[in-house]
Amino acid sequence: MRAITKKDLKIAGACVVLYAIIEALLQMDIIGSFWELNLILIAINIIMSVSLNLINGYTGQFSLGHAGFMAVGAYVSAIITVKFHLPFLLAIIVGALGSGLLGFLIGLPTLRLNGDYLAIATLGLGEIIRIVILNIPYVGGASGFMGIPRYTNFTWAFFVCLFTLFFIKNLVNSSHGRACISIRENEIAAEAMGIDTTRYKVIAFTIGAAFAGVAGALFAHYFYIAHPASFTFMMSFNYLTMVVMGGLGSITGSIAGAVILTFVSAALASWPEWRMIVYSIVLILLMLYRPQGLFGNVELTSLSIFKRFKGGSK
Amino acid sequence: MNLLKAEKVSKVFGGLKAVSNFDIHIDKGELIGLIGPNGAGKTTAFNLLTGVYQPTTGAIEFDGKSVVGLKPFQITQGGIARTFQNIRLFSELSVLDNVKIAYHSHVEYGLVEAVLRVGRYFREEDEIEQKAIDFLKIFKLEHKKDEIAKNLPYGEQRRLEIARALAAKPKLLLLDEPAAGMNPQETQALMEMISWIRKEFGLTILLIEHDMNLVMGICERIYVLEYGSIIAHGTPNEIKNNPQVIKAYLGEEVE
Repeated sequence: MRAITKKDLKIAGACVVLYAIIEALLQMDIIGSFWELNLILIAINIIMSVSLNLINGYTGQFSLGHAGFMAVGAYVSAIITVKFHLPFLLAIIVGALGSGLLGFLIGLPTLRLNGDYLAIATLGLGEIIRIVILNIPYVGGASGFMGIPRYTNFTWAFFVCLFTLFFIKNLVNSSHGRACISIRENEIAAEAMGIDTTRYKVIAFTIGAAFAGVAGALFAHYFYIAHPASFTFMMSFNYLTMVVMGGLGSITGSIAGAVILTFVSAALASWPEWRMIVYSIVLILLMLYRPQGLFGNVELTSLSIFKRFKGGSK
Repeated sequence: MNLLKAEKVSKVFGGLKAVSNFDIHIDKGELIGLIGPNGAGKTTAFNLLTGVYQPTTGAIEFDGKSVVGLKPFQITQGGIARTFQNIRLFSELSVLDNVKIAYHSHVEYGLVEAVLRVGRYFREEDEIEQKAIDFLKIFKLEHKKDEIAKNLPYGEQRRLEIARALAAKPKLLLLDEPAAGMNPQETQALMEMISWIRKEFGLTILLIEHDMNLVMGICERIYVLEYGSIIAHGTPNEIKNNPQVIKAYLGEEVE
């Protein structure tokens, strides 16, 4: 069998073991409901940060509207389960398709912009999505979409998160992923090498938006309610912070960013006034001592210590 | 039959005529030089041929088909690859990945196959890896395949850029000042390499160069550009003795 597939299988095996341990601890009530909530939030945040990393880190297109796509996924999936009484899995898929489609439609015109201009355009679009939802009575308007069944549990969150990670990892390690990365590195050279840069920008944006929709579906079906106030641009910044903290262009970095920041804000939940202070100090220290993010653009699994651990197989 | 034919091409930026009445024709297998003083419009001409700029007027045909209006990536896919005057590598990526990216337009597996790791994925990825390493061997960069491109010495970056352009499997290769910043020994080695790759890959090459030794040494025909127009063209010997060219480069004698 392929060495590379073997490595995947080993990681997948380790993840299943991790899942079994946490699930057992949950069943035995060693992990209480507060930390269960945070474990699920970590999984959702990982999906958000890894999908945002595909757009911002790998393709180099600075998007600030990720929470808007999460909102679309949350509302669309809630409509599927609440209004049509269809199964949860279908709701997640339709939520992903809905936000992916919107990402595609928004991406086509806005991805002609560069840098700051793209950031401002996507920031505005995220807000537009939220305001539009706020004004649709069919989904509850300003009071939010209520009565969503709680389908999300740790098992769902964990395996959907795992699927997302493998999807994006495989994508960036293919020729299509290399096309995306080449856009980040040098757009003119990418074009001169025969890469349809517009097409790959839109593909990355669409896939990123679709996974934000997946995260939104999990989110709405855990908290019983989808509320426009949950998807403000502050949320987008939050996810961006996770990506930048972990390192643009590193999947393990995004995971670390999501885990650390979710954990910090959970641990400081009892001292809300300290939360933002610690949060900002952590970020300032990081920018001073490690401006490229915790992992830079390197994956944990490609570090030499890991290779030795696996007996030098590659 | 001309491989590349440009007729009466002009490009106007606002009030500035960067290129006007640019005529050039290249047959298959030729090695052609494009020279001219600084600011004559050589790089603009390259940008017109590769679709970075659209000509204001005129026609450009490659392989019998018009390329006017095509985007740069479509022209590259059609068979014209280029290097840049100011090196444009994917500087944070490894040397090997730089070459692999150039194969992208020849990859057949789709997104779904890539994500699920089924179908043609593994076979094609192995093929790309092997071919990219073979290319690096030709350019003596194989031992540096895992090096980050921006950490290479200048001369090797130039070589890598040529390797990357060749990996796109072009019929016509455009080299924009390949010897810029090289010392005489490196230039000599580069000349030999250019002649060799032309034979080996059956390429047609058009190059911009200031180094007259290089241009006169390897080009079969030379076009001279001044103020955006072709003022002379012919064999190296004809160009050397052409009074207009001497005037453009050295100025006129005082009467």
